[in-house]
Amino acid sequence: MSGQFVDQLRQDMIDQAVWNDQLVQQSGIQLIDTPFVTVGGGIGSFTVVDYLRLAGVHTSQITVLGNQDKPYATYKALANNSQIPDYERLRSDAGSVLDSPWGFPSYAFREAAATKKLGPLWTVLTEPIFSEYYTPQAAQVYQSVEREIARIGWYEMLKLGQVRMIRRRAEGGYFVVFTPKDHNARIIYRTRFVHVAVGYPGIKMLQDLQEYKVKHKDLSRVVNAYEDHSQIYSALAQRPGRVLVRGSGIVASRVLQRLLDQHESGRPIQVLHLFRNYVAGPQKTPSAGTRTGKNGFAYQAFNYPKAAWGGQLKDQLLNLHEQGRADLIRQTGGTNTAPRASWTDQLHRCQQQGSYVQLIGQVKDIHPVEGQGIRTVVEGPNGQISVDADFIIDATGLEAGVDRDRLLTDLINSGGARKNTFGRLQVTPNFEVEGAGTGVGKVYASGAMTLGGPYAPVDSFLGLQYAAQQIVDDLAANGFGQRMGPLRSMSQWFKWLRNQQP
Amino acid sequence: MTPTLWGRIQSRLLLVLIVGGTWTLLVTPFIKPFSASISSAYFLTFVAVLIVTFVGVIWELIYHGLQQTRWEKDWPTLFGLLTGIPEFFTTAFWLAVMTGDRVIPPLTFFLHFFSTWIVVWLFANGPIRILFPRWRFNGGRFT
Ligand SMILES: Cc1cc2nc3c(=O)[nH]c(=O)nc-3n(C[C@H](O)[C@H](O)[C@H](O)COP(=O)(O)OP(=O)(O)OC[C@H]3O[C@@H](n4cnc5c(N)ncnc54)[C@H](O)[C@@H]3O)c2cc1C
Repeated sequence: MSGQFVDQLRQDMIDQAVWNDQLVQQSGIQLIDTPFVTVGGGIGSFTVVDYLRLAGVHTSQITVLGNQDKPYATYKALANNSQIPDYERLRSDAGSVLDSPWGFPSYAFREAAATKKLGPLWTVLTEPIFSEYYTPQAAQVYQSVEREIARIGWYEMLKLGQVRMIRRRAEGGYFVVFTPKDHNARIIYRTRFVHVAVGYPGIKMLQDLQEYKVKHKDLSRVVNAYEDHSQIYSALAQRPGRVLVRGSGIVASRVLQRLLDQHESGRPIQVLHLFRNYVAGPQKTPSAGTRTGKNGFAYQAFNYPKAAWGGQLKDQLLNLHEQGRADLIRQTGGTNTAPRASWTDQLHRCQQQGSYVQLIGQVKDIHPVEGQGIRTVVEGPNGQISVDADFIIDATGLEAGVDRDRLLTDLINSGGARKNTFGRLQVTPNFEVEGAGTGVGKVYASGAMTLGGPYAPVDSFLGLQYAAQQIVDDLAANGFGQRMGPLRSMSQWFKWLRNQQP
Repeated sequence: MTPTLWGRIQSRLLLVLIVGGTWTLLVTPFIKPFSASISSAYFLTFVAVLIVTFVGVIWELIYHGLQQTRWEKDWPTLFGLLTGIPEFFTTAFWLAVMTGDRVIPPLTFFLHFFSTWIVVWLFANGPIRILFPRWRFNGGRFT
């Protein structure tokens, strides 16, 4: 307890799906009114807040509830762990600009201007025909967000802490239960609109690796690529070693590159790469054409074909029903990596020398072997084989479902929200959480937890911006903020350019 | 870019007519031969703009067909620039057919066509979004 306010939610409140003002007032918990709350404070929240500010909404009308100081903090941590330090290039393109909805000037244009070199512009002109797609350096993206959060007054809106619950209000709108970081007593925000962008609820280890870790209490030799696993690279810098990598997406590509770079700089390292689904050649899909595939990997520049963000594929998906959407998302997305010559050439080189070895099959057993490291027994196309490695890196993904997130689970159990065929939140084309509306109030969601709905690339910079645009337009239609027409857009762009407050 | 067919047609009509038209208004006096009158020069350059606009719609159908062969279902920046070459020839042909004996000097036509093409292309590759932030998410549609 702090001051005159009560901290605990009473059990009878937790048990009631819908709260009314009287119930909340009687609870003694501090109550604050605000018209709009965004939960998460990450990149998804940032894109919505940025757009709202451009749409004429004042900072006093927006509450950001998040647990990180910077909107890109969680992203940066995950990127660093998965071997994308500040100077490395990301996956998204020149126009996937985080700090403005216009994407103009693009990251390529800005890099060309800053370095006084035409290279980035030449790349954009010739991509992907004569060059690989331009992608910005991680640091450039962080710096651009840094400038924008200062401009829009992010810290006037941000409250650090953990959101526990979103409950519907009988009189319309919502109550958002929040535990601030700086003092213990809870706060309840009474609001009309809520936006939820909580990112990934957690890292998901492969089942067999998880079981191995628990059974053998081995935390440092078997890791997920999204965890900090720098100890592995340090160890390999000291002594020879073998590493087993699992997964064949973009994170696997980066991890392989990191390991093989270290090998090619003179370290005796052997990399074993285990594929569950080996892509030997082009992948024909029933409704989206043929994707390039070879040497085990499915290749495409971005996590979906480009037109999924705003072209034909976006329309195609929107016009399908639930099952059709799920099928198309799987055909155009799924596990894939970017076709970068630096990667494919290196894999080829190391494959010839024997320092990179591909294996195919299902894992049957994993156990430690005295003096040999960790043994993985694989059922492959030619029978069973056993491979020993000093380390295992799981690069299969972050794919945890909503069940891993307390807030979203509560939203489903008590808030009227539903799960879609992917086990994520079901949203409308405006990114409104279906079933969670309260007359005048709405809950919106964006990011990874909305995969499986009307829009495929939900977990990407540009996808988050698209979601922000849809959400802010819908808010404007409901009387909150102004719809951004050509004139407002232009005047805001000039303010952005001159770094003036929106 | 990731245009849809309807987006291609809308963008063709509006961008060529408005951006191309404005450019034509500005540039024609500077590229016409000294001997030619300003009104006949404007007549020819604006007929060229109309041809690029309307014959262009047919070209868009072809480009859209070609786009279907691409996994990404996109239209790379370079394609947007290089398609100016075949369109230069079809525009020259229709201009000759339509204007008969009032033949445009080749150099004027060349400068007008390619400068307009590049201006429209540059505009579509960035500045348009300053006015229409939803355009790129709508496959090039304005509505
Ligand atoms: C390694 C990696 C590389 C990527 N690279 C690219 C790329 O190159 N290009 C691209 O376009 N996209 C990329 N993405 C995808 C996407 O852009 C990012 O995942 C992005 O960070 C998603 O934003 P978000 O807001 O959904 O989640 P986050 O940025 O993770 O933000 C969510 C925040 O919510 C907080 N939170 C969760 N629950 C609560 C709660 N109850 N209360 C308070 N706060 C809470 C979390 O701590 C987190 O800080 C990448 C993703 C990863 C993991």
